[in-house]
Amino acid sequence: MINLDRVTVTYPDAARPTLRDVDLTIAEGELVLVSGRTGVGKSTLLGLLNGLVPHFTGGHLQGTVRIDGIDTRHRAPRELAHLVGVVGQDPLAGFVTDIVEDELAYGMEQLGTPPDTMRTRVEETLDLLGIAGLRRRPLQSLSGGQQQRVAIGSVLTAHPRVLVLDEPTSALDPTAAEEVLAAVTRLVHDLGVTVVMAEHRMERVVQYADGMLLLPGDGRVLHGTPAELLVTAVSVPPVVRLGRLAGWTPLPLSVRDARRLAAPLRARLADAPAPYRGLPPHGAPVLVAERITVRYGRVVAVREVSLRLHAGQVTALMGRNGSGKSSLLWAVQGSGARAAGTVEVAGVDPHDVPGRQARRLVGLVPQTAADLLYLETVRAECEAADRESGARPGETRALLERIATGIDPDQHPRDLSEGQRLALALAVQLAAAPRVLLLDEPTRGLDYEAKAAFGAVLHELTARGHSVVLATHDVELVAEVADRVVVMAEGEVVADGPVAHVLSGSTAFAPQVSRVLGAGGWLTVGDVERALSAVAT
Amino acid sequence: MTISGRITAASRSYWLERDLHPGAWWLWALGLAAAASRTTNPVLLLMLLGVACTVVFARRGNAPWAAAFRLYLWLALAIVVLRVAFRLVFGGGEGETILISAPGIPLPSWAAGVSLFGPVSAEALLGGLYDGLRLATMVVCIGAANALANPKRMLKAMPGALYETGTVVVVAMSVFPQLAESVLRVRAARRLRGDAGSGLRALRAVVVPVLEDALERSLRLAAAMDSRGYGRSGEASAAGRRLTGVLTIGGLVGVCVGIYATLDGSSPRYLAGPLLAVAVAVAATGFVLSGRRVRCTRYRPDRWRTAELVAAGSGLTTLVLMWASTSDPLAMNPPVSVLAWPSVPMVPAIAVLIGALPAVLTPHPAIEAGVPAPVEPAPTSRAAESPQAVG
Repeated sequence: MINLDRVTVTYPDAARPTLRDVDLTIAEGELVLVSGRTGVGKSTLLGLLNGLVPHFTGGHLQGTVRIDGIDTRHRAPRELAHLVGVVGQDPLAGFVTDIVEDELAYGMEQLGTPPDTMRTRVEETLDLLGIAGLRRRPLQSLSGGQQQRVAIGSVLTAHPRVLVLDEPTSALDPTAAEEVLAAVTRLVHDLGVTVVMAEHRMERVVQYADGMLLLPGDGRVLHGTPAELLVTAVSVPPVVRLGRLAGWTPLPLSVRDARRLAAPLRARLADAPAPYRGLPPHGAPVLVAERITVRYGRVVAVREVSLRLHAGQVTALMGRNGSGKSSLLWAVQGSGARAAGTVEVAGVDPHDVPGRQARRLVGLVPQTAADLLYLETVRAECEAADRESGARPGETRALLERIATGIDPDQHPRDLSEGQRLALALAVQLAAAPRVLLLDEPTRGLDYEAKAAFGAVLHELTARGHSVVLATHDVELVAEVADRVVVMAEGEVVADGPVAHVLSGSTAFAPQVSRVLGAGGWLTVGDVERALSAVAT
Repeated sequence: MTISGRITAASRSYWLERDLHPGAWWLWALGLAAAASRTTNPVLLLMLLGVACTVVFARRGNAPWAAAFRLYLWLALAIVVLRVAFRLVFGGGEGETILISAPGIPLPSWAAGVSLFGPVSAEALLGGLYDGLRLATMVVCIGAANALANPKRMLKAMPGALYETGTVVVVAMSVFPQLAESVLRVRAARRLRGDAGSGLRALRAVVVPVLEDALERSLRLAAAMDSRGYGRSGEASAAGRRLTGVLTIGGLVGVCVGIYATLDGSSPRYLAGPLLAVAVAVAATGFVLSGRRVRCTRYRPDRWRTAELVAAGSGLTTLVLMWASTSDPLAMNPPVSVLAWPSVPMVPAIAVLIGALPAVLTPHPAIEAGVPAPVEPAPTSRAAESPQAVG
């Protein structure tokens, strides 16, 4: 179905080709996962499949790309619309109309599909993706998972043979991600669509994949089954790392496979000491929030939430999209809307003092960290941050260097990778040395290595006495870094406790290791590794 | 099937709840608006206002744009108030019944012809009121069309030649809310950096990220549209494009001139009827020619049936009758110099009432399942909502 023959892609001004001499063939009806670190050319590879690379993005293409026998070299992406459906990372950015039904029909209208065919296809697609109840809803009013399914449906109505998905679940909570992936696997099984999907959170997808394309970063593309490639791959989901640690063969890809192999490991761990999870909070809290309420018109986003934060603690704030996590963070920081309630840090309510003073009490890195940045170079950005926060000159640069080494100070902030940009935003906010740091979805778009680096930064911050709150959907990250988890639903706190207690007791939020090993409070591969070495000695 | 059975069946299908073709509502509303432009008789104008409101409240759906009708009513009120206030500020001394004799402020000679304050007469105020009322009525009529017909569906009903323009307009309309959201987000982020600054630097700190954001977003949208086949249909030759362009633009300019001449009684008559007819023909040719190369199809196009004829017909009948009733110019445009209650002419009054017929003679709009009503539902009705609507 997809055939790349000696393909090399070079962007102008690039020192070396992004992809080099790629030969690969993907058969019809396969679900292929594209994996690799940020910036190794995953998007380029996906863009090749419908001609966006090089027709839209520019760059030089050598070799041939054939989709269903058609060479993309002389065809603009629009001429391939009936063959390849592409869904981007942010579905809202790709919507052309404003109502679900019209969006599903848009592609067919462009292709000149007869009206009665359009009518039946729209109905079929609504049912296939389970969105029939949303047909007349405005696209803006849908939840993230619903939007992603509409975006998939809107390319599916053109009956493409190939579906290309770029990070389809990166912005979704675990439950919404399951919805989308269930829809995608149904397409593969029922319609025989070939799916090529890039996804950082491999743990969500790898069990469904027939094949895998691994981009090691030197321009090559390795093609094989996930089981073959993951034996040696650097970025792997926790269940695979656990499998490697325990020496299981074949390497398990899903929790279900691992659980069947796990009985001996469970027996060994039964005698091991329980995983160490930091000290319980002690001393006076650094931040006391009492009965915080946030409302937008008649919608109550946060309802009388009280929160105490202690120094040296990482608190994860979880809950589905729209449960009030962001509103709570902004209200606590003081610059967001707050209808009622009080916040106290060092005897002051950050809402009552000017922004300059508030950020020394509570710092917040918003969901789109790039909003904080507005200058042309990293250096200028750091110098501005020094001035604004009254830090001594060079402080922000030093912080940045500690968080992420080797960022070229003359680069434009927009040209940094996601992880580097987060590091810069973090450094800018840390320049004011806030006692409490709030982070809203910081790890969106970060790969495993960048997340590990981010975890190390959090560890250092808490060691220096900061209190960190992390709003996130990423269960595995929470398992690695958090001490305490607060789960919100409909603006209220539904669970609050030590991380092991909250996560292992949850169906939606349990990390893979905990699902494999069952009760016992094991959350991460690191926990298991330490316990095993303790048993061995 | 008996004849009476057929009639029952036909009337049942006529009354079936559905959204009328947006064009029908626009024709109806434009008819009323044009009718309003012919008169300054406050009684007729108030009747027209009443008719527009009646039809809107009887036949609007529960969509967001229907709720925007209130804004048009406020706008209309503002227009009337402003018109009268202008007469107070810029002097309204022409007339015998001086109500307020405020001293005028002498203006320098370069502002000759404009006076500030001064005596205000009842006649001047009345003139302002009549004028304002006429404009307000026309605004409310347009608002009624917007409330009754989804403005974006109107774009979809455009001829094929305007299809791509319609897409561009829809995209542009969605850009503004996004831009506003982007500005709010970036300003909130500025506060997080403790930067309450003002002046050029603060402006730049907001404008740069917002523009970068908008640019990135539009690139992503362009890529998405390209991937989905936008612009796939038909390439025309340069000469062909030029010909259709000239025909379309020329025709539309002609239509504008023709409509102006028709509405303005003092223009030469040959500019009114004949020019309008020729211009419409030219523009139509242009549309047909350029529409021919568009190979897009339409999903669920609105259909034009009897109910549409009733709605559009009633508005146009109002217009035609109003137009034809030249018998009593004093009643259509009552002089403000005579401070008397204006008389109500028979034929125009009936004409206006005909405009209210769609309120009873058209089917109700379809209730869209799952769309939240513009007014927040009572807490008890929440349980009845579908689970998807809550999710």
